[in-house]
Amino acid sequence: MTVEEINVVRPLGLGETSGRRGDEARSVVGGRTGLFTTADLSVYYGSFRAVRNVDLSITEHEITAFIGPSGCGKTTVLRCFNRMNDLIDSARVEGIVAYHGVNLYDPDVNPVEVRRRIGMVFQKPNPFPKSIYDNVAYGPRLSGIKKRNDLDDIVERALRGAALWDEVKDRLKASGLGLSGGQQQRLCIARAVAVEPEVILMDEPCSALDPIATARIEDLMQEMKQRYTIIIVTHNMQQAARVSDRTAFFTTEINEESDRRTGVLVEFDRTETMFSSPTDERTEQYVTGRFG
Amino acid sequence: MSSLTPANPLVLTIGDLQGNLRRLRKERFMHVLLFGSAALSIGISILIVFTLFREAWVFLSGLIEQSGLGALIDGGARPGWYPRDGRFDLPTIVLGTIIVSGISVVVAAPLGLGAAIYLSEYAKPRTRSWLKPILEVLAGVPSVVFGFFALRVLGPDLIQPLFGTRTPTSLLVTGVAIGILVTPLMASISEDALGAVPRALREASFGIGARRSTTVVKVVLPAAVSGIVAALIVSVSRAIGETMVAALASGALGQAPRTVNPTDTGLTMTAAMAQLAQGSDQVVGDTLAFQSLFFVGAVLFLMTLALNLVADRIVERVRNQY
Ligand SMILES: Nc1ncnc2c1ncn2[C@@H]1O[C@H](COP(=O)(O)OP(=O)(O)OP(=O)(O)O)[C@@H](O)[C@H]1O
Ligand SMILES: [Mg+2]
Repeated sequence: MTVEEINVVRPLGLGETSGRRGDEARSVVGGRTGLFTTADLSVYYGSFRAVRNVDLSITEHEITAFIGPSGCGKTTVLRCFNRMNDLIDSARVEGIVAYHGVNLYDPDVNPVEVRRRIGMVFQKPNPFPKSIYDNVAYGPRLSGIKKRNDLDDIVERALRGAALWDEVKDRLKASGLGLSGGQQQRLCIARAVAVEPEVILMDEPCSALDPIATARIEDLMQEMKQRYTIIIVTHNMQQAARVSDRTAFFTTEINEESDRRTGVLVEFDRTETMFSSPTDERTEQYVTGRFG
Repeated sequence: MSSLTPANPLVLTIGDLQGNLRRLRKERFMHVLLFGSAALSIGISILIVFTLFREAWVFLSGLIEQSGLGALIDGGARPGWYPRDGRFDLPTIVLGTIIVSGISVVVAAPLGLGAAIYLSEYAKPRTRSWLKPILEVLAGVPSVVFGFFALRVLGPDLIQPLFGTRTPTSLLVTGVAIGILVTPLMASISEDALGAVPRALREASFGIGARRSTTVVKVVLPAAVSGIVAALIVSVSRAIGETMVAALASGALGQAPRTVNPTDTGLTMTAAMAQLAQGSDQVVGDTLAFQSLFFVGAVLFLMTLALNLVADRIVERVRNQY
């Protein structure tokens, strides 16, 4: 997406009715098949620009991997897709993140609604200090589901979906904190899928897990792909190569004005292409392990 | 580097592993010094408690001799705490204390917890950076200032017209004033408890699309509950022990009839003690009246002790749950 096109988009955020704005944003990103399309996306922490000018398009029912050296802004970009950056006081987002053609950063968009549709799994498993059942039922209860039978069904389906049901079906009332690290992470996945989101964002979901637990979650992701669109941040290039359909490679560049490092998107393509014949030299160096 | 490498690594004596002897001595000295200061403070506390109970016993045995233990609960038509007349109705001042600290908790718990939730979960860092110091300053205001404020403003200008009480000072005035006094304490301990809840739990909740209020109620408060209970108990203890406000704003001077009506004037245990101690030169002849001061102190001590033990149990139970 070129800068001229973006300049057309920006004024739409001002003084228009929300309905029209969505339509026009859709028309701007039209022609692209992406579920998400970012245009000229930059994120600042205070005055520090952490990432700049990211243009990406995420395809539905695919797994997209974000790779790159530490501090290049993978987490920062990922958290733009469900407006988790709103929770950081100093963070400020510029540019557009279109979801189904609607700019998520439109002032009329409620981040709570965004996050019901776009779930998240974090680097460190973070189950609530509640029972396994209550962890999974947390999201559905938020949307007002109270009937015991309905909740039971949802909890079972979500736990099956996260390949955890057989291990915990006899102790749903036990604390989620009593599970192993890998089980806790699958519980967090179950908790995220229980609200039937369309997208699941995963920020290094396996970095705290052993290889066996990691393999289980990778298998799980392949199954989940049928129903959800997944974006995963990973430090593990083999993992990116194994699980993802597309890969985005980020790196840092020295800023001209200050000498702080800003993250940029270097290359984004089908995973096979990224790992076999990348266009950019920096990508090749990174995927062959000669970089960062 | 070479000086650290032993000339012959195969020969090792105990001396090589002894370390610097001077440092070792210094370390021992520090150990003794710190143990000494710990022992001293514990020793002083034990001495205080011992004196308290010894004098309390003097009072009790004197009372038994004089009129029997039953005199601690006045069965007469108009019971009350009249130490100078030799009438020591314990329920009068215990009820006064319970009424006052009850009212102050009703005031301080919602205010303090609300302030803590606001500071910890809602306030922007900028707002926090000036609001928090104000709260801390408020916590440092001497209680005599609160007492005076209650006596001259809160009582006559607010509580009396609002509740239509007969007198400008009452147990109610004292309760509200102490409530305001302990609010910063409640707020600050609760805020610590909320701040100790891991950020990851909040993110998990927001990440599924929970609103901030839901996250506070369903995740943050349950996770912080032991700290909040602790804050509540500390606040109650502080309210029970608060003396200056009670002595100034409850409306009674050293003696009062028994009452359960908060809008009456009355006495708390602390106020009874303070007023008795102050006037002790006048009652020096009546040993029992002066000695009752220690007895009331001992009862007060046991009450706060029991409260703290209960608090520990609650905190323990709740912590095991999570
Ligand atoms: N809350 C924050 N406040 C200020 N700066 C931040 C914050 N979070 C991240 N940054 C900075 O933004 C840049 C990008 O961080 P980010 O966490 O997105 O990198 P990352 O690619 O996910 O790194 P890693 O692989 O180590 O997780 C870094 O320079 C980081 O220091
Ligand atoms: Mg990261």
